[in-house]
Amino acid sequence: MADAVLATARPVISYNEEVIKKFTIAAMFWAVVAFSLGVYIATELSWPEFNLGLSFLNFGRLRPVHTSAAVFAFGGNALFATSFFVVQRTCRARLAGPDALHDFIFWGYQFFIVMAASSYVMGFSRGQEYSEPEWHITVWLVLIWVLYAGVFIGTLLKRAEPHIYVANWFYLAFILTVAVLVLVNNAAVPISPFAAKSYVVYSGVQNAMVQWWYGHNAVGFFLTAGFLGMMYYFVPKQAGRPVYSYRLSVVHFWSLIFLYMWAGPHHLHYTSLPDWTQTLGMAFSIMLWMPSWGGMINGLMTLSGAWDKLRTDPALRFSVTAVGFYGMSTFEGPMMAIRQVNSLSHYTDWTVGHVHSGALGWVAFVSFGAIYYMVPALWKRSGLYSTRLVAWHYWIATLGIVFYISAMWVAGIMQGLMWRAYDKFGFLQYSFAESVNAVHPYYVIRMLGGVMFLTGGLIMCYNLIRTVRSPSTELRAAGLPAGVVLAGE
Amino acid sequence: MPTKIEKDALTGRHTTGHEWDGLQELNTPLPKWWLYTFIACCIFAVGYIALFPSIPYGRDYFHGWLQASSRTAVDADVKALEAQRAFSMDKIKYTPIAQVKDDPKLLAVATAAGRIAFANNCQPCHGAGGEGRVGYPSLADDTWLWGGTLADIQQTITYGIRSGNDRARNSVMPNFGAGGLLTPAQIEAVADFVWGAFYGHAAEGQDLSKGRAVFAENCAVCHGANGEGSRTVGAPPLKSAVHLYGDLRAAIVAQVTNPRMGVMPSWEKKTNITGLDEATIKSVAIYVHALGGGE
Repeated sequence: MADAVLATARPVISYNEEVIKKFTIAAMFWAVVAFSLGVYIATELSWPEFNLGLSFLNFGRLRPVHTSAAVFAFGGNALFATSFFVVQRTCRARLAGPDALHDFIFWGYQFFIVMAASSYVMGFSRGQEYSEPEWHITVWLVLIWVLYAGVFIGTLLKRAEPHIYVANWFYLAFILTVAVLVLVNNAAVPISPFAAKSYVVYSGVQNAMVQWWYGHNAVGFFLTAGFLGMMYYFVPKQAGRPVYSYRLSVVHFWSLIFLYMWAGPHHLHYTSLPDWTQTLGMAFSIMLWMPSWGGMINGLMTLSGAWDKLRTDPALRFSVTAVGFYGMSTFEGPMMAIRQVNSLSHYTDWTVGHVHSGALGWVAFVSFGAIYYMVPALWKRSGLYSTRLVAWHYWIATLGIVFYISAMWVAGIMQGLMWRAYDKFGFLQYSFAESVNAVHPYYVIRMLGGVMFLTGGLIMCYNLIRTVRSPSTELRAAGLPAGVVLAGE
Repeated sequence: MPTKIEKDALTGRHTTGHEWDGLQELNTPLPKWWLYTFIACCIFAVGYIALFPSIPYGRDYFHGWLQASSRTAVDADVKALEAQRAFSMDKIKYTPIAQVKDDPKLLAVATAAGRIAFANNCQPCHGAGGEGRVGYPSLADDTWLWGGTLADIQQTITYGIRSGNDRARNSVMPNFGAGGLLTPAQIEAVADFVWGAFYGHAAEGQDLSKGRAVFAENCAVCHGANGEGSRTVGAPPLKSAVHLYGDLRAAIVAQVTNPRMGVMPSWEKKTNITGLDEATIKSVAIYVHALGGGE
């Protein structure tokens, strides 16, 4: 292959892979935490007695721990790991700054996660979704984030390649925008330098608008742009094919990041937010559909000529299925942003199902694909311990997602229809409690879907641990002892 | 590195000539369907912005060619619903409650209105079928604290119990233990008596005379000499299959020592802004009356 020839002509660069290994391990650790908590709180929703009457096991306290563990701990560590993996290789440059700085970012970020999670459990919260940490924890996050941005941008600046690869545009958009989002949404005045509590500088509906500008762009830039960066490196890598269209990547990158910024008001349809703001939020959400799908097209079309690899490489199956779920939820999103659709879907479990088709199907699956690719590369193993186990993980997790999202579709649409049903005299047909009763079976199915997804995650952990503990390929050169079988063979 | 444009054998497209870690990009043009759908979405969005309230300027905003407004739409929806309900509900409001029950058409409306109002307002305490629970009276049996006729029920819902409303039903169970009116030994004795004589748990040959004396002197005035209770003062019947605070002897001791006295909100709109209008309260009364214990 061409790159084999090229590789001989180039000097070998030593990358900082130790910090990537740490982030990868952390990503898998937090994945299991996030999935387990998800299963637990889904069980609480089905049978509230499972909170055991303990305040710190209450749904209201554990729910932000689950969402933050999934988005910021699992997703965040996966983004740190892959961004450092990708930026070094596509820039042919070692990470900027001393290794100790990279380790500080790693431990600093884990410290942030532990501080945030433990504060939620103890009942501290700003009460703003996905932005719950009190101000002193956020200040720490900002410090870590600035250092992260410095290392990433520094590496781009010292690159040995003339151009910046598309994956890095997306990672950079993710890093810069998340910084802006966190700073603006967390603008608050602490009641005292020694107290956790603070007052947000915005009030009323303006606070709501800023919060959902933040919330929507956390989805757009953390969960979309960041993971598109991941997709743009690992899908062509695993497929062994060039990216389908450079032009499409340029157009959809700029249209995506421009349009995402304005779509936040669709989270506040039919509220006290002014009509004109709601209209703009919906209009921009509709325009966002095709820019989002640009990433899906580039991901799927890159596979043309390499579809047969799906049979032999189950890790690639994760990445490709992820792109499929990405396409599905970025169609569903603009659809739900249409006011008339939203009047049915808002406040129902349809929203929960939509989020999870994105979080499980897209974010988690594309991360799984990347991690299955990275682990043998980082630990210098010839392959994974077992591709059969990857296939098992794939099918169990996919089935789990299908259980989850279809149960939530049915439950959500049923809730929406029950809440708006009137009898012939003009009275409500159903009470709220009746709608709670009606969704119970679907909550149980959702919980089972979560159990399956968690099971898949545990299989993955086992597979990765066995891979790391198998003899390295460097040993093979030295001659293997009799009876030792290399992973992947 | 120098730009090196290659031709991809599979698709016939050229690469852009860049290469990173073995990754290349094809110079494929934008897919036509993608571009046209994108443009169509933008046209739709512009049209939508033109039709509906959208662009802000100064202290006002562009109201859109349709002059649509969520507030107007909600007002219209609410008015339409009220108009639909008004015909029957006005009749219910001005018809004496007993006659509403005898008019099948009005009864159908009142039952529909009462059922949903009960489910959304009363069910959290009294249960889906009015079965009640410890501390919250059952509405589906023959034991009533303040009376189970339509008029009694309507009165209770409208003004509540110990709700602070001027016309609320009020009663106080004296604080016999903490207030020092009875000694702990007397409380144990009266609990033995109530538990034995009224709750039906007397052991063979048990001497209840001491407790009977305490009861006659302190409790009988409200709860009746035979524990039949009194609706005039809302004193619960003790000789009954249903007990407000549960069937345990310990509950009797607790209630005599330091009584719990529950509150039922007043539901009239005048004193409770989230309350119910008169016709709805009548409907709820009719619905509750039909739960199984109506008199």
